[in-house]
Amino acid sequence: MSTAAPIAAPPYKLVRHDEAEAGLLEVSMGPHHPSTHGVFRMDVKLDGETVVRLKPVFGYLHRNHEKLAEGMSYLSSMPFTDRLDYFNSMANNWAYALAAEKLVDVPVPERAQYLRVIMAELTRLVNHTSLVGFFLNDLGALGTPLLYAFRERERILDLFEQASGARMMCNYFRFGGLRCDVPAGWLDRTRALVGGFPKFLDEFEKLLCENEIILARTQHVGVLSGAQAINAGITGPMLRASGVNYDLRKVDAYGIYDRFSFRVPLGAAGDCYDRFMIRMLEMRESLKILEQALRDIPEGPVMGNAPRVFKPAAAEVYGRVESPKGELGFYLIADGTTKPYRYRVRPPSLINLTVLEDLCVGHSIADAVVILGSIDIVLGEVDR
Amino acid sequence: MKLLGSGIFKGMAVTLENFVRSYFDRDRKHHLFTKEYAWKSDAPADQLPARADTTVTTRSRNFPMLLHDGKGSEDPMASIRCVACQICERECPPQCIFIEKEYDANGKFVKRPVIFDIDISVCMSCQICVEVCPFDAIVMNSEFELSNNDRFNGLLVRRDALLKSNDYYHRIHPEEAQERDDRMAREKAEKEAKQAAADAAKKKAAELAAEKAAELAAAKPKVDPAAPTATPQ
Repeated sequence: MSTAAPIAAPPYKLVRHDEAEAGLLEVSMGPHHPSTHGVFRMDVKLDGETVVRLKPVFGYLHRNHEKLAEGMSYLSSMPFTDRLDYFNSMANNWAYALAAEKLVDVPVPERAQYLRVIMAELTRLVNHTSLVGFFLNDLGALGTPLLYAFRERERILDLFEQASGARMMCNYFRFGGLRCDVPAGWLDRTRALVGGFPKFLDEFEKLLCENEIILARTQHVGVLSGAQAINAGITGPMLRASGVNYDLRKVDAYGIYDRFSFRVPLGAAGDCYDRFMIRMLEMRESLKILEQALRDIPEGPVMGNAPRVFKPAAAEVYGRVESPKGELGFYLIADGTTKPYRYRVRPPSLINLTVLEDLCVGHSIADAVVILGSIDIVLGEVDR
Repeated sequence: MKLLGSGIFKGMAVTLENFVRSYFDRDRKHHLFTKEYAWKSDAPADQLPARADTTVTTRSRNFPMLLHDGKGSEDPMASIRCVACQICERECPPQCIFIEKEYDANGKFVKRPVIFDIDISVCMSCQICVEVCPFDAIVMNSEFELSNNDRFNGLLVRRDALLKSNDYYHRIHPEEAQERDDRMAREKAEKEAKQAAADAAKKKAAELAAEKAAELAAAKPKVDPAAPTATPQ
């Protein structure tokens, strides 16, 4: 086959590999591609439009979080945990506080326990609303669903600012409690928000859940079986979308989660649609927890008798919480000084990302973007 | 069998409803969600914006400031609370504080900082310095208009620019300031009570010692008179 006229050079870089893969097109998506949710690169090999191979490349946002923490006091690492997964600073704070509290065994007052649950569940609402918005953005619904989501997110971030002084980098949890009590009237404002949230969810579901384009783009795309999810160590909504009933709030019942009645939504197919719907359903369950917590919260102090200088004896601990993205764990080795000897973060985003290639192979490149969106990663946590 | 595309139209109806209601609903705030910039054109330079609906709350924190107890035009350095102990400098997670101690002509440490710089391009507003300070000398400011033409010196805030009066602190963070003042007063009273108790104990001990000495002195003369009598006349 020969053509007479020369073809103009394509606008992207075209790399030809060895003979066996001749004909495959290698495209480097990212690190500044808007669909990769941060600085993340996918080396994709394409046969026509179909993904044959996919290699995730990350590390562009590496900030040396773990090593930095080994050089500073336990408390000083707390603001850095906000910046792991910058959508869920409260959940990150809680995981770190939980690990550190195991080191010194400080009791957490009752009111602080309730406020921690309230903050963590509000964080889950923030994460899931914005995730759904961004996911729809990846599908091509630019703007509209995202702005619906951000409207509600903004209200919750206002509550965070009133309580902690910052919208996103809250730095609110302390070993043995919380930094300060919530201001007067805060609980009532939260009750009003929680009361109005189902109305927003109804509207949001009406806007999205029956849309034929969304169904066609997400059903049977990126199917992850339960067995494969367990093998790969997937946690969080992504695991539950594959039908595995594993929620740390039920399994560990850390904090006071054993006092609340809520259900764990499970998916059946494990495709992108299930991963999208599981978040919508989880928001409803979070609202149930919030209602119960806001009803039962007692008065009292929010800070226990934590030592002023945090200097635990030599020990190894692992504290984990069900962050909105999955199991977030902090593994600390104390050596008797004021600094941790080893500080390790188990980030859910990174481990959920490991199955990306398996999910994407065989689908078109446009679906790879959707699959990545449904995994829900934040690069601050992937790279640390 | 559902009509293909009905789901899409359902979603569009939601959008249209929101669009129309944003013009006719009295509660526009629910539908139009733009946040106003926290203007402060008519407010004095060191005050919070007067507008109620701003993003600045009484707990908003932006960058640290140093407190002094002076009023009006008094020299702020005369009543600065910072004693240059450098705990915040050590604990600051991004290491954005630089302190140098002040010495007098004899080389004696006078418990004041001669240099106290905060690099606000590095500061991450985490409030750790506030929590570790044992002297309540550093607190968070909510000033947010900090853009600057000078990339280096403009973003390095010096001691004199960081110094703010306790009154200003009361204006921007009323509850927190009151709580802090109350706690400081309580701690001071406790310390004074302890000091008074210690003084009283010391005084008592001294009295006891004096009594004992007096007893001894009273006991001694009984023995001593013999001595002068023993001397030859």
